[in-house]
Amino acid sequence: MAQAEMVGMPGALVSADGTSLKASLRRADRRRRVTAFLLVLPLLAFIVITFVMPIGDMLWRSVKNDAITDNLPHTVDAIASWNGEGLPPEEVYAAMVQDMREGKADRSIGSVGIRLNYEMSGARSLINSSVRKAENLEPPYKESLGAAHRNWRDPEIWRIIQRESRPLTASYYVSGLDLRYAEDGSIVRQPDHQRIYIDLYMRTLLLSVVITGLTLLLGFPIAFLLATLPMRYSNLLMILVLLPFWTSLLVRTTAWIVLLQQQGVINDVLIAAGVLADENRLQMIHNWVGTLIAMTHILLPFMVLPLYSVMKGIPPSYMRAARSLGATPWTAFWKVYVPQTLPGVGAGGVLVFIISVGYYITPALVGGQSGQMVSNIIAYHMQRSLNWGLGAALGSMLLAGVLILYWAYSKFFGTENVKLG
Amino acid sequence: MLRSLTTSTTTLAAGAVAVGLTLGAAQAQAPVTLTVVSWGGAYTQSQVRAYHEPFMEMNPNVTIVNDDGSANALAGLRAQHQAGNVSWDLVDMLPSEAQLACDEGILMRIDLDEMLEPAPDGTPASEDFIEGSTGECYVSTIIYSTVVAFNTEMFPEDKQPKTIKDFFDVENFPGKRAIQDRPAVNLEWALYADGVAIEDIYDTLETEEGIERAFAKLDTIKDHLIFWTEGAQPPQLLADKEVAFATSYNGRLFEASEVEGQPFKIIWDGQLVEWDGWVVPEGTKNKEVALELLRFSTDTQRLADQAKFISYGPARTSSAALVGQHADLGIDMGPHMPTHPDNFQTPIVLNNDFWSDYVDELRERFGSWMLQ
Repeated sequence: MAQAEMVGMPGALVSADGTSLKASLRRADRRRRVTAFLLVLPLLAFIVITFVMPIGDMLWRSVKNDAITDNLPHTVDAIASWNGEGLPPEEVYAAMVQDMREGKADRSIGSVGIRLNYEMSGARSLINSSVRKAENLEPPYKESLGAAHRNWRDPEIWRIIQRESRPLTASYYVSGLDLRYAEDGSIVRQPDHQRIYIDLYMRTLLLSVVITGLTLLLGFPIAFLLATLPMRYSNLLMILVLLPFWTSLLVRTTAWIVLLQQQGVINDVLIAAGVLADENRLQMIHNWVGTLIAMTHILLPFMVLPLYSVMKGIPPSYMRAARSLGATPWTAFWKVYVPQTLPGVGAGGVLVFIISVGYYITPALVGGQSGQMVSNIIAYHMQRSLNWGLGAALGSMLLAGVLILYWAYSKFFGTENVKLG
Repeated sequence: MLRSLTTSTTTLAAGAVAVGLTLGAAQAQAPVTLTVVSWGGAYTQSQVRAYHEPFMEMNPNVTIVNDDGSANALAGLRAQHQAGNVSWDLVDMLPSEAQLACDEGILMRIDLDEMLEPAPDGTPASEDFIEGSTGECYVSTIIYSTVVAFNTEMFPEDKQPKTIKDFFDVENFPGKRAIQDRPAVNLEWALYADGVAIEDIYDTLETEEGIERAFAKLDTIKDHLIFWTEGAQPPQLLADKEVAFATSYNGRLFEASEVEGQPFKIIWDGQLVEWDGWVVPEGTKNKEVALELLRFSTDTQRLADQAKFISYGPARTSSAALVGQHADLGIDMGPHMPTHPDNFQTPIVLNNDFWSDYVDELRERFGSWMLQ
């Protein structure tokens, strides 16, 4: 009876077990959401572990600066009050000798030399040779340390130690932007013969833009054919697009070397055809031309596939309608068909551009010197020079650059225009 | 079904016997798995055949596992040290990196006379190893060199290049040249070709004028240069006649010219000599066995044996006389060694101390020079 009354009241519906319908609905909803969350949890964990954490670690490394604070604790304390003029007072020298003796015992001093050498050539051997003598130095240390190595009489090394005695540093970004610290601590540009990274960034951006343009130019007609040809031809064409996609990257790159080099197939054919003289063989590889050609080829599927999937969804009746309303073939194509392909163009463009900005192995193999990109120098710092701080700073700047470009793209063109499938 | 059952029973029985055998051996000596890190490919193979196989024969309880991690040895050692879990027992690495690792305190110190075998005639190890081939934490096994090589078919027979000066002479010896995209080696050669005495090269490079002089010399051939990055490129460029000259490692050139029959010739003049050899990570769990293998693999005979399999010279003076023929090709290895008296007339020993100090600055300068 009471139940029947309640049923009649609006907003108080109950389910079979007596709880209100709203609550049980909410519970069922929550259960569904938890299940959904549990299903994506592995993926989420995978992304956090393999993607978010390494990037976070890279960003952290680009500013982390613990080599000096951890291994020269006394010097860091003593040098804090130095005003930076002339040479630091005796206490700083004494603290340095104490740090060297302790650092030699537990062999932690080596990382100080490595860290300081990034800022000043020769600092590594300065530290290492002085550490070997530290045991026998007598006060006043200002004299004896100066006698052990003349560079201790150079205020520059002390200024660097003072500057880098903070737990965070900007110096990796300073080097990464072709800048350096001047004597008075201000930041100035590197001398001409020492500048390298800005040019590399510019070249990377330029090459990536040109590669994106070329893939669009080549990919658009292919995708159009794929989408409009009858199935049996388009399948064959699709295989031709996908076959290189399934081939090893190194095989494709090496194939380009065979084709493009001066004693290669293309040059030989041109000479046999009488187009070129033997002494004027074209230099198409081991320079930026090689990078451009090989990367355009390798990245072409990334443009064709999104374009194709968008074009496939455009009903042919629109073009026919435009024609029957009196449009010329060109107007129908340009005014009706092309605007509808823009999501595919956007997706392909963003994909190709972002992949090529970070490309590494192809430029290393076919790019010679003028075809190297910024990722090649990042790889050098990560693997060979082991200056991970600088490598991380260069990588972070590349990441920031790509994010800014993507933001600009979505602001001016809108991300709803990107359709990836 | 029946067959597979029988097979698995046999396998089980065999397994049980094997376990019993191992247990029997274990009573004498516990089995040890030693992880040895090296460069992979033909180089690791030469170590396996010259060191590891005879060592395992003498010590049946030891199994040696090869890890091709030397290209990133310093990064690996650092990571294992930081994680407190050192899984490498013996590592093959370059002295420049070994010095850095030693300074960071992640390698064991090596007392040459105590931890290594003396030469057969009793000369202590510290005197037998070629000068400069050992460090605080480090002992070389091989000497290798970076050399200039050329394709003999690209020059007339009566006018083949012979010296580093010829390499810098584009008038008399035309053609493209491939050099590595790093300052080390190239700056040394530029100064050497410009007339600086070998013993003064590094002192000259420490001055601003010296660096400018080296770059000015490189400028004279810049239009004829191709830069290579990966070690596999130069022999390929030479074989394709993309370049007339290329700088490369002598081992790779030996492979290409002797094993594959390419018409390459090495210019030994001004060869840049570098070392490569063993370090023992601090904190390895198999310290005893690792040190035993270190002692065994650096004795006079073992170093000479390695030269049967690869054209790198032994780091001990006493091994030179024992270098014989290539194990598979049967050719005399002596003349292909960087240390052979005919080849070792004007060597430049790569100064790792100099490069650890100046590599950051000069790398940027070299990079900027390449871009301009």
